[in-house]
Amino acid sequence: MSEFYFNTKLDQTVLLGRKARNLSELLDGVQDVPESCIYYHTHKYLRQHHYLSPEPPNDFAYWVTQVLNEQTLGERISSVDIIQFQNLDELRRAFVDIIQSHLEGTERLPSAPLGQEFHFMASRTYVMNTPYVAHSLEEFNDVLQHVSINTLYYHIFEAKLRLEKGENDFSRWFRDLGKPELADRVARLDPYTYTLEGLRNKLIQLVETYGSN
Amino acid sequence: MVRIEDYVPIVGQPTIDELFQLAEHVKGKHVQNINSTAVGGGVAEILSRMIPLLNQLGVVARWDVIKGNEKFYVTTKKFHNGLHGVAVDVGKEEYEWFLEVNRQNAAELSFEDIVFVHDPQPIALIERRKDLGKNWIWRCHIDFSRPDKTIWKFLEQFILQYDSAVFSAPAFARKLSIPQILISPSIDPLSDKNKDLPEEVIAKVFDQFHIDRSRPVVTQISRFDYLKDPLGVIRAYKLVKEHIDLQLVLAGGGATDDPEGPAIMQQVQEEAAKDKDIIVLFLPPSSDIEINALQRGSTVVLQKSLKEGFGLTVSEALWKGRPTIATAVGGIPLQIAHKHSGILTHSVEGTSYWIKQLINEPEFAKRLGNNGKEHIKNNFLITRHIRDYLLLFISLFHKGDVVDLA
Repeated sequence: MSEFYFNTKLDQTVLLGRKARNLSELLDGVQDVPESCIYYHTHKYLRQHHYLSPEPPNDFAYWVTQVLNEQTLGERISSVDIIQFQNLDELRRAFVDIIQSHLEGTERLPSAPLGQEFHFMASRTYVMNTPYVAHSLEEFNDVLQHVSINTLYYHIFEAKLRLEKGENDFSRWFRDLGKPELADRVARLDPYTYTLEGLRNKLIQLVETYGSN
Repeated sequence: MVRIEDYVPIVGQPTIDELFQLAEHVKGKHVQNINSTAVGGGVAEILSRMIPLLNQLGVVARWDVIKGNEKFYVTTKKFHNGLHGVAVDVGKEEYEWFLEVNRQNAAELSFEDIVFVHDPQPIALIERRKDLGKNWIWRCHIDFSRPDKTIWKFLEQFILQYDSAVFSAPAFARKLSIPQILISPSIDPLSDKNKDLPEEVIAKVFDQFHIDRSRPVVTQISRFDYLKDPLGVIRAYKLVKEHIDLQLVLAGGGATDDPEGPAIMQQVQEEAAKDKDIIVLFLPPSSDIEINALQRGSTVVLQKSLKEGFGLTVSEALWKGRPTIATAVGGIPLQIAHKHSGILTHSVEGTSYWIKQLINEPEFAKRLGNNGKEHIKNNFLITRHIRDYLLLFISLFHKGDVVDLA
């Protein structure tokens, strides 16, 4: 039987020294910033406000709504279903399409007040091992109760979208163990709609329910 | 002395374990902090707390202070003001003396593997890099959003020789050819200003200042200068007072560089003389417990600044679970997500509207306070600051967006 080695990760925030004052500049930025910048602005709230439900929206939506006061566009940007995307470039294109189509349909180009511009930033991630290893689903659930939320974050979010492994690390291991139903159920979760503690509890519950099937 | 383990009950064992694990990757590299003052000011305060904790984690860290005379500090004060956007005139001779003092210090200091230079005063020590090598980081603690162009050009020639530059807020970043890292300042939950206080200590402080806790108390802790807008706070209070019987506490030290400071202070005192529910407290620098108690006992805490570097008083209030209303300037939007972990406002009227809402809807106010505390716990405590510094040191030796230390 294969083991599951739990990793953890810590993030450093890199400032790109680039800012947007209006939607046109936001679009330009979203089109050519590095992928680690798209990742940062769509996952920052998850990392910083992982205890909040409902989750605040991604940074682009927050700025468009709160600073530019473009409510409809803000809602469309915040509704982008991140879990549907396999990589960051696809996700970037979704934002570009929404902002582009909005700009094509309006002549208004509101500007952010001085000091409230959108600042592009990026994530640099440092992956570390932890002492935790699971040899069975029972051990997996036991460990899951003790690891830091950074571990959960790494195996669920980072693995799929940023490391482009196709699906989250937990589902891949469940599949290797011959637990396809459990793997599918975890893969189908929309982790963006849970707090990280809520997600931890949901995973434990799914393993308890479907682990013996 | 505070021990790193003392933070376990606050942030949890996994967070402290991660710090020890990160520190392993810095083993063998000695870290040297260099700034221009051993006491007073935020940089000295954070270094004096952080260096012992880094050493407990196994990182050999030391702290050196450069020496300068009055002429040097007059020039660096001009730099400071110029970086804040104030018009200043720095003469050729002053630039030359600045370099001379840096060179004298560079000749006397010995340098470690990682040289961590804080703020503009010692920035030109980097000239030694060409003969010494080593890894160099420049950390800017001050507001850098609209710097004087001449001073910026002068400093830029040195900044570009460093391996990385570190800023406290996104607005301070510039287009530079070296990596720029965001590291926000932090508060220490075990300091007198932030530690838990027994209810009787809070009650005693309120009694001492004759503040009636049976009625709502709205408080702003800050210097009495124009940029903290105490007169705007009083106007917001007056709008609320038409509907709610509340008190306003304005508390802080008097030290200010603002030339309009004395005039502002006089107007504040005049307003207070007309209304016994406006309580103005000029507190000496040793008033950390009093400030802590005032924040903890207040119904709502305000930070209605017109401009801020970072605005750490917001983190202090949120850490105490207080519903907080602050203006969206400087680093404050990093600390408050509007209507999630506090309230961001832009005007006197907006501030008064939200004071009324939070006093009349205590459940909503409580939720904001709880979320705010959780946000500070995760993002603005000294343990996060130590983590960011360790990652910064490690980043000197690794490339790429995802660094595998496993």
